[in-house]
Amino acid sequence: MPHRKIGFGLRSIGHSLIDGVWRLGYASRFFFVTLISSGASFRRIHLTIREIYFSGVMSLIIIIVSGLFVGMVLGLQGYETLQKYGSESALGSLVALSLVRELGPVLAALLFASRAGSAITAEIGLMKATEQISAMEMMAVDPISRVVAPRFWAGVISMPLLAAMFSAIGVFGGYLVGVVLIGVDEGSFWSQMQAAVDFRQDIVNGVIKSVVFGIAVTAIALFEGYDAPPTAEGVSHATTRTVVTSALAVLALDFILTAFMFRGV
Amino acid sequence: MSAENLVEISDLNFSYDKRPILKGINMRIPRGKIVAIMGLSGCGKTTTLRLIGGALKATTGSVKVAGQEMHDLDQDGLYRMRRKMGMLFQFGALFTDLSVYENVAFQMREHTDLPESMIRDLVMMKLHAVGLLGAHDLMPSELSGGMARRVALARAISLDPMLIMYDEPFAGLDPISLSVIGNLIRRLNDALGATTILVTHDIQESLKIVDYVYFMSDGVVVAEGTADEIKASSLPFVHQFVWGEIDGPMSFHYPSAPYRKDLMLETPINAA
Repeated sequence: MPHRKIGFGLRSIGHSLIDGVWRLGYASRFFFVTLISSGASFRRIHLTIREIYFSGVMSLIIIIVSGLFVGMVLGLQGYETLQKYGSESALGSLVALSLVRELGPVLAALLFASRAGSAITAEIGLMKATEQISAMEMMAVDPISRVVAPRFWAGVISMPLLAAMFSAIGVFGGYLVGVVLIGVDEGSFWSQMQAAVDFRQDIVNGVIKSVVFGIAVTAIALFEGYDAPPTAEGVSHATTRTVVTSALAVLALDFILTAFMFRGV
Repeated sequence: MSAENLVEISDLNFSYDKRPILKGINMRIPRGKIVAIMGLSGCGKTTTLRLIGGALKATTGSVKVAGQEMHDLDQDGLYRMRRKMGMLFQFGALFTDLSVYENVAFQMREHTDLPESMIRDLVMMKLHAVGLLGAHDLMPSELSGGMARRVALARAISLDPMLIMYDEPFAGLDPISLSVIGNLIRRLNDALGATTILVTHDIQESLKIVDYVYFMSDGVVVAEGTADEIKASSLPFVHQFVWGEIDGPMSFHYPSAPYRKDLMLETPINAA
């Protein structure tokens, strides 16, 4: 019966659509409740600092190593292309602008999602599976305020710092390859960089991007953890969804933000 | 509501997605007593406990704790009420990122402004009561199942609650830990002047310590009485449960189509 199959297909599309909209609404409410339950994250700042350590400080190694290699690759590839036009002295500005405007915030956010985001989801999902969240509620302690909000603010604070660290180390990587290894003139490397990078246009926009990515990645990780079915399979799916959804969200948001920030520049 | 009863449940019905779980439950939990709610897994015991703790709301009927209707409470009211309750979860539910000491101190830090020296004294007293004074520096991952359950017990009584609820406190314990936990439940209830609700299917251990028992099956209370009355009961359900018999009103098999039909042997093998 073909019409039956079509009906079944339409029904399942409708179901997925309604489920998707419902989940989006639920996630928005969760985000809103997290924001209004944030008082304790600042009143008891040690809760947030502890999470900054786990999300931010523990992500430093992966950020530093990746930033160094990305900068070194940029140095190599940039030199390769620029020297064809005899403008290898512009290597400094190419490396710095690529990192500060795009690669720093985006790659740091992707690494943050896979390192800290997945850990947040797994931790909260397991807290739920082992009834720690229920226990907290039974002790009259609001888990959103005690567990979720400090992790959210820790992510929002850590992300721009990690992105800045990524860009700084990346510039150093570009310097190592371009100046130390290949022999581009050191003076023109730094002076071109200084002349090309605008504080408001490039640095501030890069920071804005990384704050937005920090909000998106941490909110997705927290929601997925809190919403995970309390089983091993549920937590594993939630962790995967965190990394995939965060990566897509970061790339999509990056396009939107770039379109607004660098129009006609 | 009688002043003698700390918890009163009347005509309580509860459904999950239109699937009835509890069907017209009535219970009275007198102050100062240990009352057990027993029955097979999935009969609605834990759901009843969650309704008393306000984690779920009754579909119809009433759950009153200390004279207060639980489903009338807003979030603040519910949290105020829960500060007077302690709950021990099936596998302890200790916070795995906090040490034993910090687990027990958790509620004191969240709900009181006590100075650190007093928190320390109180935590040590609670840990001493469960025999784990020397374990205060350990992390939950370093504890055995029985020790974790005792730490969870110390945490549950950290603010001297009026009502202590236990969800399967004996599950998965060795015989010695089982007796230790059983004794602790009785001793702590009497020492704190609290009231205890014990959800369990461990009949032998719990009958040693409880004052009164409610038996549940398929969402209804099928029997009730003191420990001695339950042991002497001739009701087929209670008899089968207490003595662990295979034959009786409770079937070993989950409802299914006839076995032969499932194996497609509905027609006789030699029919041809």
